[in-house]
Amino acid sequence: MSLTAVAMSGGLDSSVTAWLLARQAPEAVIGLSMLLWDHSGVEAHGRCCGALDLGDARRVAQQAGIPHYTLRMDEEFRQKVVDPFVADYLAGRTPSPCVRCNTWIKFDLLLERARRLGAGRVATGHYARILDGPQGPELHTAVDAGKDQSYYLFELTQEQLAASVFPLGEMSKRQVREIAREAGLVVAEKGESMEVCFVSGGVREFVEAQVAEHPDRYEEVALAAPSRLVDTGGRELGEGQPFYRYTVGQRRGLGLAAKSPLFVLAIEPEENRVVVGEEPELLAPGLSGERLHWIGPAPHGEVEATVKIRSRHPGVAVRIRPLGDPIEGRVEVDFAEPQRGVTPGQAAVFYRGTRVLGGCWIQGRL
Amino acid sequence: MAFAYLDNNATTPLHPRARAAMLPWLGEMHGNPSSIHRFGQAARNAVEEAREKVAALLGARAPEIVFTASGTEANNAVLFHTEEKAERPGHLVVTALEHPSIREAAARLAQRGWEVTRVSPGEDGVVPAAAMIAALRPDTRLAALMLANNEVGTLQPVAEVAAACRRRGIPILCDAVQAVGKIPVDVDELGVDYLTVGAHKFHGPLGAAALWVRKGVEITPYLVGGGQERRRRAGTENVAALAGFGEAAAAAADELAERRTFLAGLRDRFEAELPRRVPGALLHCARSPRLPNTSHIAIPDVEGESLLIRLDVAGFAVSTGSACSSGTVEPSKTLLAMGLSQEEALSSLRVSFGMMNRPEEVDRFLDVLAREVAELWRVMPHSTVGVA
Repeated sequence: MSLTAVAMSGGLDSSVTAWLLARQAPEAVIGLSMLLWDHSGVEAHGRCCGALDLGDARRVAQQAGIPHYTLRMDEEFRQKVVDPFVADYLAGRTPSPCVRCNTWIKFDLLLERARRLGAGRVATGHYARILDGPQGPELHTAVDAGKDQSYYLFELTQEQLAASVFPLGEMSKRQVREIAREAGLVVAEKGESMEVCFVSGGVREFVEAQVAEHPDRYEEVALAAPSRLVDTGGRELGEGQPFYRYTVGQRRGLGLAAKSPLFVLAIEPEENRVVVGEEPELLAPGLSGERLHWIGPAPHGEVEATVKIRSRHPGVAVRIRPLGDPIEGRVEVDFAEPQRGVTPGQAAVFYRGTRVLGGCWIQGRL
Repeated sequence: MAFAYLDNNATTPLHPRARAAMLPWLGEMHGNPSSIHRFGQAARNAVEEAREKVAALLGARAPEIVFTASGTEANNAVLFHTEEKAERPGHLVVTALEHPSIREAAARLAQRGWEVTRVSPGEDGVVPAAAMIAALRPDTRLAALMLANNEVGTLQPVAEVAAACRRRGIPILCDAVQAVGKIPVDVDELGVDYLTVGAHKFHGPLGAAALWVRKGVEITPYLVGGGQERRRRAGTENVAALAGFGEAAAAAADELAERRTFLAGLRDRFEAELPRRVPGALLHCARSPRLPNTSHIAIPDVEGESLLIRLDVAGFAVSTGSACSSGTVEPSKTLLAMGLSQEEALSSLRVSFGMMNRPEEVDRFLDVLAREVAELWRVMPHSTVGVA
C-alpha cells in the first residue's frame, strides 16, 4: 500500500488538497498537522500554526473521510525557524522564515516523520508544479501566476520533489475555493494567511520579546539602544531607532529632514549604524549570496537565468557566477539592469522560464 | 477494512442492555425528574432506579450516590470540598499515579497554601501502602489513592491504606473509575469515604458518573441552584445517560465473574504470544496485581506515537498512555513516576480489552503489530527514538 500524507494546516489550500486526494483514494491518504508554535492566549485563526486551525484541519479530515493526526514539532520549529528568524533581525538581516519552514520543517522533517508512519509521499497545498524532466523531477511555477509559491520551495532536493505532491499547482485560487464550496468544507470561506505565522503582533515587538524572554539563545544585544543614522560618506545624520527595527529599502519612519526622500541602504549591526541615502543609491548592479542550492545536478560554470530577489519581485535577467566554494556556497549574481531592494537575509531564486533552477541567500549587494 | 477497538480504558462501546434502557428517553419518553406531573414522575423513577443499580454494584446504599457528569467532576468535588471545609490550608496525601483530575486539583490547592505529599509508586506500578501511611500527618485533611491505574492497570492497596486513615480520622478518596465493572468493588470492603465511578469505562454511556459518599461523611454542595441529588449537586439530571449508567451497572453485576475470565483470557492470549511475535517487547507490571483487561508494553527502539498511528491506519485502535486533549502525545506521567526514562515511556503502548472484543481480533492484532514494528525498525534509525 502506498500511503500519502497530506500536510493539513487547517487553511483553505491544504484542506482542498486533502479533499482532492481523499476523493481519489480515501484508504491511501492520511492527514497530518504539525503543532509548531504555542499560541495559547492568542486568537490564532488564519495562521498556519494556530490551534484553532488544527481544529479546522480535524474537521476537514472527517469531511474527507480520512484519519488525521497532530504531530508535535514545536521544538524543531523553534530551533530551525523562530530562533534563526530572531537572530537574522539581530544581525541586521530581513529573514524569510517561510522558506526555512518549507525547507526544514515541511519537507525535511515532515517527510521523515511521514515515512515513519508508512507514508512515502507528502502532499501539500503549495501553488507550484512538479514536472518530469530529462534529469528527474523539476520544480515549476504554478499555473496561477498570482498565487505562485515556487519561490518558497527553492531549497528542495530532487529526492524531496520525487516524494512530494502539489495538486493545486495546476489550479487557480478561484477553482480551489469553488471546490471547497461545492464540497461544503468548513474552511471554504476562510481568508489568506499572509503574515509570518508565529508572530501575532508586530515583528519588532516579537523580536524584542523573544530576546527578553530567552537571552541565552541569542548573542548579546543592547535591546532598544538607539542606532546612528549615517550617509554613504559616513557622515552622522542623527539618532535612529534600534538597528534591528529597520529593513533595507525602507523609506518611512526615518525621521530625517532632507530635500529628497531618504531610504535605508544598509544595516551595520557591528557599528550600530544604519546607512541611508537617496533613491538612486538603492540601486545595485548585482548581489552576493551564500548557501547556493541547485535543484538537481549543479551546472558547470556561469549560468544565465532570471532571478527573483523577494517573493513578489517581477524578476530580472542575470548571470550567476558560483565562486566554487563548496562549504559556504558563495555566489555572485550580476543583474542585467540595476535593482533596488537587495535585502540581506532574503532568498534569491533562479528561474528559467517556469522552471526553478535553485537559489541562494542574499548576503549583500555587489 | 475491519476495525478493532483495543482501547477500552479510554472508553468502551455501549452495552446492549444500557442502550435499551436509554432508548425510551431518547424517543417517546421525556420529563424533568423534578416536575410534579406524571412525566416528571416517570423520569424521577428512571433516575432513582439507576441510583439503586449503581449502589448495588458498589455494595452501597442508594442515597449515598451523587450522580455527576464525569469522574473528573466527582474527583474535583472531593478535593475542593476538603479545601472549603478546612479552616486553614492543611495537608493532602495523593499519589503520583492519580488521574489528572486529582493531581491537578491537588496542585491548585498547593497554589493556595496547602501542603501536598505525592507518594510515588514502585517500578511495579504499585504504591507501597507503608509509604502512603507514613506520609499521613495529624494535619492531613484528605488522602487519595486510586483503585486501578488507568495506564498500566495495577491495583493499589486501598483497603490497607483506608484502614490506617480511619484509625487516624483522615477521610480517604478512592478513584475507582478504571476498576468498576472489571473487578469486584465493594465500598465497605475498601473502607473508604469517597469513591468515584464513571459509566463509560464499563460499557455505559458518556456523560454519566457518580460520587459515592459514605453516610455521615460531608460533601459541600458545589453546584447550587436546585434541590437535585439531595442538594449536593444542583442541575437537571441527564435522565437518558443515567438510565444507561444504571443498566450498565446491573449488567456488570450480573456478568462480573465471567467478565474477569473473558478479559483475562484475551489479555493472556495476547501476552503469551507477544514475545514470540515482537522480539524484545517488554510487559510492564505483568507480575503486579492488576486489572484483567490491560496490557502495557514497551517495544525497544520504537516510538509509541508512530506505532499508534500505523496501527490506526491498519485498523487497530490502541493508546500510548492516557489520551491527551490536544491530540498529541506526551510522555506518560505515570510511567515517569514509576522510574521509566522518557525514551522508555515514549516507546510504550497500552492495549486494553473490552467485552466486545473477540479472540480473533487479538490474533489479527498480533499479526499487524509484528508487521508494523518490523517496518518501523526498518525505516527508523535507532538514534531518533525519543525525539518528540
